[in-house]
Amino acid sequence: MMAAMITAMTATTLKAPLAMFSATAPLMPNIPHAADYIRILPEIVLSIFGMVIMFVDPLMDERKSQKTLGGIALLGAFAAIAATLFQAQPQYVGLGFWNMVRVDNFSSFFHFLVAAITAVVILTSYEYMEVQQIRAGEYYGLILFGAVGMSLMSSAVELVLIFIALEISSISTYVLAGFRRRASISSEASVKYFLLGSFATAFFLYGVALMFGATGSTSISVIAEKLAAGNHSLLVYAGVALMFVGLGFKVAAAPFHVWTPDVYEGAPSPVVGFMSTAPKAAVFAVLLRIIFEAHVPGTLWLIWVAAALSMTIGNIAALVQNNVKRLLAYSSIAHAGYLLVAFAALPANGIPAAMFYTAAYAAMNIGAFAVVSHFANAGERYVKMEDYEGLGRRSPILAATLTIFLLSLIGIPMTGGFFAKFYVFSAIAQAHLTGLLIIGVLNSAIGAYYYLRIIVVMYMREAQEEVPVTPIPVGLGLALALSLGATIYLGVVPNRVLIYAQTSVSELTSSSAPIASGSQANSAMASDGH
Amino acid sequence: MLHLILFSVFGLICVAGAVNLLVQSHPINSALSLVVVMGSLAVEYLLLGAEFVAAVQVIVYAGAVMVLFVFVIMLLNAGAEEHTKGSIIALALGVPGMLIAAILIAWVLVTKSGIHPLSLNALPGHPKDIAQLLFHDFLLPFEVTSILVLIAIMGSVVLASRPEAIEHSKKES
Repeated sequence: MMAAMITAMTATTLKAPLAMFSATAPLMPNIPHAADYIRILPEIVLSIFGMVIMFVDPLMDERKSQKTLGGIALLGAFAAIAATLFQAQPQYVGLGFWNMVRVDNFSSFFHFLVAAITAVVILTSYEYMEVQQIRAGEYYGLILFGAVGMSLMSSAVELVLIFIALEISSISTYVLAGFRRRASISSEASVKYFLLGSFATAFFLYGVALMFGATGSTSISVIAEKLAAGNHSLLVYAGVALMFVGLGFKVAAAPFHVWTPDVYEGAPSPVVGFMSTAPKAAVFAVLLRIIFEAHVPGTLWLIWVAAALSMTIGNIAALVQNNVKRLLAYSSIAHAGYLLVAFAALPANGIPAAMFYTAAYAAMNIGAFAVVSHFANAGERYVKMEDYEGLGRRSPILAATLTIFLLSLIGIPMTGGFFAKFYVFSAIAQAHLTGLLIIGVLNSAIGAYYYLRIIVVMYMREAQEEVPVTPIPVGLGLALALSLGATIYLGVVPNRVLIYAQTSVSELTSSSAPIASGSQANSAMASDGH
Repeated sequence: MLHLILFSVFGLICVAGAVNLLVQSHPINSALSLVVVMGSLAVEYLLLGAEFVAAVQVIVYAGAVMVLFVFVIMLLNAGAEEHTKGSIIALALGVPGMLIAAILIAWVLVTKSGIHPLSLNALPGHPKDIAQLLFHDFLLPFEVTSILVLIAIMGSVVLASRPEAIEHSKKES
């Protein structure tokens, strides 16, 4: 690991003078301005904290380091939230690093979401690490570095950068899935996820290459301009389809969902909470940019089919699951389907609906997995449906919180899940896609069955055998409080978040007359740098 | 004139290395002659004005690929080559065949293709152009790649270590 740090350090120190060196070239502003760095501030903060963890880890006694490292990681996540808020100030909105990233309300929304998810996951892991006897150094480091990739995906406006960020987020989750080294099921999850995932990224990269071949650029704004000028060659369609395959895999949308149940079953529960929310939110941000900002053609039917399949397959397969983690895995496939429905709608309704859904889904799903991870106990023994019998009596608080998250996943009013579904379905109704609307509503009705089944088991069945329930520790309690608060907040006063999400509609769609606004932003950036 | 002399000298070294590669019977000797071939090819590229290709040739082929070759040879513990009947036939047919093919290709290149003299700096692909893209236009992806490499190393550390090293046993504490 020391070698890793040294390579990373020499890599960065070597590059800095080279970047200076290119300043001799005749082009104008060659060195990144301070504003450029502020536009990637949350990513810088997360990377620094990740490296601090790796430096501190070898200096500490292995058995005592878990809490300290967790504390540093938590601090890093909160610092990233602060950096996001700082970055969202109006004077920093715009393009940075020569049209590589763009800071706007859209990117800030997802940056905040990713950092908040990271914080809650770290809180969930805080005691989990000790119970499962997992070494903490690389674990927290990988979570923070993964968050770097996910944040970068939401602000990147260049397919090359999106690809690298996607790889960062994917590779860190492949490794995190295999962290329960004693359980062979966890290694299986990691290997499966890695093999299928690399295959999917290759698809995405191939799509990017075809897009580059068709339009001569990898910048989303230039692609949008070329496509608006009527360049709809066969290459464009092939590129879009391949990119969609790659991204569809990452969000576990059918028919690219096969890996999901096995990986979710094997991976540590807090990690499942992480990888079913944060990378998905980031990939949906990329999809929003590609579909609504670049205006790629031919996506409507791709999305229609993928959404309908994901909802149906996810919900029907979840009906017969007996393992709660597998059940939630299928439920997450179904939710990816509901979310994709929003992408078939018109931009004005679809973008805010999709953004709201990612936030609401993140809040309730991460909460549900936090409960599962606490209840599973050492070695994740208790994840079967039978183990939940009588939980309502033995641990009323745990059962009540899980019930609220499950009700939110069904979409009961007063919870975030209700408004998430409501906005998505009303958006699709306004787009006059009645077929998809009917499939969606039918599926939510089917979905209610298996969520209610868990609640019924918890409250109305007597336990066959005594399953130990330890009292709720501090970190987990905080994590549950945060996600519960977010779920109820989104369910009672959804307007603020929705209005914020609506401001990004104009950001995404207006930039399709892009180069003008792009160069304006660029010159504005150059002038405020001087 | 010096250019031409150097070019011919390194061309001859390159061919000599390639012939030696085939003649040697021990794989390690062959691999080392391959290093000579790669290195002299890099000098040829440099003399032709393709500085970047020359540098990549040294780093990727003479460096990384050759190290892999040598590692694999040592790992397999390969012994000296054995001559069989098949290899003698291959020698008898292959050497004249190669010569004829080489003469044909040279003849086609010299007579048929419109080769004309070109000044050294007329070709695209200068280090400066590449640097402009790598360290200016794509600076951020280039820098972010170091995080990608870092997590890949961290991942291999985690997944390659024995479970006991990652999960300390509770009985100890």
